[in-house]
Amino acid sequence: MIELTLPSFGADMEDAVFVEWRVQPGQAVRRGDIACVVETQKGAIDVEAWQAGTVASLLAEPGQTLPVGQVLARLADEGEDWQAVAAAGPAPAAMPGAAPAPAMAPAVAAAAAPARPAAAPAGPAAARAPGMRAAIAAAMARSKREIPHYYLRQEVQVETALAWLEAANASLPPARRILFAALALKAVALALRQTPQLVGRLVEGRFEPADAVHVGMVTALRGGGLVVPTVHEAHRLPLPALMEALADVLARARRGTLRSSDLADSTVTLTQLGDLGADSVHGVIYPPQVAIVGLGRVAARPWVRDGQVVVARTVHATLAGDHRVSDGLVGARFLGLLAEGLEHPEAL
Amino acid sequence: MTEAETIARRAIADALAGIAPEAELAQVDPARSLRAQLELDSFDFLNLLVELHARLGVEVPEAAYGQVDGLDALTRYLAQRLAQRLAPGRSAGPEGGP
Repeated sequence: MIELTLPSFGADMEDAVFVEWRVQPGQAVRRGDIACVVETQKGAIDVEAWQAGTVASLLAEPGQTLPVGQVLARLADEGEDWQAVAAAGPAPAAMPGAAPAPAMAPAVAAAAAPARPAAAPAGPAAARAPGMRAAIAAAMARSKREIPHYYLRQEVQVETALAWLEAANASLPPARRILFAALALKAVALALRQTPQLVGRLVEGRFEPADAVHVGMVTALRGGGLVVPTVHEAHRLPLPALMEALADVLARARRGTLRSSDLADSTVTLTQLGDLGADSVHGVIYPPQVAIVGLGRVAARPWVRDGQVVVARTVHATLAGDHRVSDGLVGARFLGLLAEGLEHPEAL
Repeated sequence: MTEAETIARRAIADALAGIAPEAELAQVDPARSLRAQLELDSFDFLNLLVELHARLGVEVPEAAYGQVDGLDALTRYLAQRLAQRLAPGRSAGPEGGP
């Protein structure tokens, strides 16, 4: 028997409002299929099934506020009979305020999956905004209260990387071009692999390094607010695949159609202002992480090469680290590795 | 506007509706940077070009990004190439002839 529980989408999340089911009893689900939709301070999120199975009983009801970890549904494992699992488990009425969820006929289920605004009884973006602002405020206040930050900055020459990228993109249609943001993400991820004290979580005083570099990408939403979806295995994906993964997750974030896996298990965060932003950004570490990388605006600036002042496009890269876990030397090493990685874009 | 420019302007408006749905094109200064006025980042701008390529069959290479900064400049650029595609050998403006 498999339990589908409400996942956590961040250390600051305590609960979510259940919106609707996308599956029904007797339905077979694969890993990654959307099981239900919940409304959080980060907006409406599609919750995916983490394991394959057959839906046995739906326990959550639209409108309920449920804590992280609450069992939402029971599923039968391979080889189990779903009706036996449904009969054996506690009745849905055992949940506070719950009544058995009516099984939806497939036609009704299809009709019930409309454009996102209709599906969210918690209200449109404007109504959600105060919740999102409150969540950001809580996370940032906690970070400043608890985490002793140290800050480092380095100006990195990116003329080489941009020239390489421009040459590669010249023969590509818009749909296949690679943006500097993706190239920078790859370089950041590879440099972080070599500075493990910056990647992972601090839980109850103990640092748990993470093997994988899953990068939370700080994304501004039109109309205000921030959301930080994850690009998984950023250090491993080849550049075209990384560009696609990044573009896809940013598109989902902006359309308000993020999935639970988009908000899960990031082990470090990157904030990039892009060319409309300021010269540099000193990030605030997002607990329980232990570092945040910042990249400012790419711009043509004076640069010294071979004893001469030339014009080169550069970017100000910053690193904020948790001083309980790492020292400035580690952060400085990371920035050096990042600069070096961007000097050899063909190896990214 | 020429017919090609009208088609190009409509394609831009339709493409932007999906990227910056709250934007009012009529309020945009067509001479100043479109990206700055609508706060389009590099992904938004690339998505705009992907949409325009799909709708009009016109590709804007990276080397030409500097020529398409404002709404008018982008419209003209697209219209010229659209007109060439539709009637090769004719020039794009109203004075064009065989």
